[in-house]
Amino acid sequence: MKTSKTYKFIVYIFLGLFSLYFLFPFIWVILTALKTETEVFAFPPKIFPDIPQFHNFVDAWTSQPFGVYFKNSVIVTVLTTIGQVASCSLIAYGFARFDFKYKNLLFILLLSTMMIPWDVTMIPLYMQFNIFGWINTLKPLIVPAFFGSAYFIFLLRQFLMNVPKDLEDAARIDGANEFQIFYKIFLPIMKAPLILIAVLNILVVWNDYLGPLIYLQDQSKYTMALGLAAFRGVHDMQILPIMSITLVMIIPPILVFALAQKYIVEGISGSIK
Amino acid sequence: MIKKTRPQKYNLVNKKVPYLFILPWMIGFVVFTLGPLVFSLIMSLFDWPVTSSPTFVGFGNYIKMFTDDPQFYKSISITFKFALVFVPLNLIIALVLALLITQSVKGIKIFRTIFYLPTVVSGVAISIIWGWIFNSEYGILNYLFSFIGIEGPKWLIDPKWAIITIVIASAWGVGTMMLIFYTDIKSIPRDIYEAAAIDGAGPLRQFFYITIPSITPTILFNVITSVIGALQQLTLVLLLTGGGPLKSTYFYGLFVYNNAFKHHKLGYASANAWFMFIVILLLTLLIFKSSSAWVFYENEVKKEGGKK
Repeated sequence: MKTSKTYKFIVYIFLGLFSLYFLFPFIWVILTALKTETEVFAFPPKIFPDIPQFHNFVDAWTSQPFGVYFKNSVIVTVLTTIGQVASCSLIAYGFARFDFKYKNLLFILLLSTMMIPWDVTMIPLYMQFNIFGWINTLKPLIVPAFFGSAYFIFLLRQFLMNVPKDLEDAARIDGANEFQIFYKIFLPIMKAPLILIAVLNILVVWNDYLGPLIYLQDQSKYTMALGLAAFRGVHDMQILPIMSITLVMIIPPILVFALAQKYIVEGISGSIK
Repeated sequence: MIKKTRPQKYNLVNKKVPYLFILPWMIGFVVFTLGPLVFSLIMSLFDWPVTSSPTFVGFGNYIKMFTDDPQFYKSISITFKFALVFVPLNLIIALVLALLITQSVKGIKIFRTIFYLPTVVSGVAISIIWGWIFNSEYGILNYLFSFIGIEGPKWLIDPKWAIITIVIASAWGVGTMMLIFYTDIKSIPRDIYEAAAIDGAGPLRQFFYITIPSITPTILFNVITSVIGALQQLTLVLLLTGGGPLKSTYFYGLFVYNNAFKHHKLGYASANAWFMFIVILLLTLLIFKSSSAWVFYENEVKKEGGKK
């Protein structure tokens, strides 16, 4: 079908309008973060700062121990990602490549856990972690990741279901044990979907607010999300530090996304096939 | 360690091995899901303050919730109102965006990236960004409105508009759903469209008679996930409005959260949470049941798709 010029024109108009909705808020945050206090509250509002105030970032960063928050966020993000990749690949492999008693029942159970509202288990989990002595530590945010997550397992399993069966049969004849087959043959094949779940996990954990809000109390344990939110309560109209830190906080996920964009688009397509 | 048994047939796997692979999930399921789930059901039958010991009250918490707590009904109705606006709107936006990024025009990949970008920064950042844009005194949005002669509403201060503000901010994170639609639409064979075009079907007819029927399984998936998501919305409310103004955005998620962590009524909050759990289960079941009427599978026996 040949696309006419008017058709293309209409498409571009829509693309432009939606881009405005998705992009403008980012641009406005950048512009705000670079202004002076007077420019921020000027009326009528000023669109561009006269002189970009780059020191706003330094001021904001030092007004709270953001170095510590950043470190905590990185620790939680890196460790949960390692945990998810390690556990989900094993579990998904187990469900995808073996036949065993109660497999379907267990898999349905796994899928149904995705429907459990977060707040049903919230209170008992808190009490449980309290008994473990984990409140006000990063452990409640990290440790569960080493036991897999239903959605990631599902994504990986869908991928593994499509790998031909002869692959491990040949290796079995050669005398390899099941863990060698998993480690040496399948792990390399799973590279793309594993990158996908790593990226998805990084995005979720980096941005998580409720988990840290419930489990962490001392400022020294705060993550970036918590530090940023804490800003709001205390200094309500301090727009400049809020906007600067927001910008700093969204840079890592955007970078990760930029580097792994290919895996996200292709991975999500593979998962629903 | 796994004992090495001599397999009788080359494809016979030691029976215990598969369980070793899924062992982490089984442990996690018991410790982090099943245990807490059962325990919260038990808690919901108790009056469970933090400071003193719990007392058994039977279905007292449930009875109180239905008969003696006006906020319960208000929060339910706010949440459903939100879901009723948010779910269809979100689906339509995702679908429109997906259709747009399947167009073969120059620079389309850049637009795809732009549309997905907000999904990457969900949470605190989104609430701060939109809170600033919607700010009724210094916000840029109402200033822009003033150019076209509209006096913008006091978004976050006016109870009528606060919930709409949350809808707009939520819809910003539509990227994943868009990608799911996008890949599904792309997988529809081109020749169907070409055949339809030869028969004289215009783009609109093609959309309603080819595209929509082809992607109904994906629509089903997206409807379910967005209903569940909408009913549990909490982060954005907590940060953008805190439930206000005048409790106009006191969503159910916030109701439960505050009962637990602010008012320390742990038993009551557990009952609240279980109620929503059951509502979600029933709704999901209902959507699934209805799906046989409007979801068409390419070939019902297709090894995976047919099961859903």
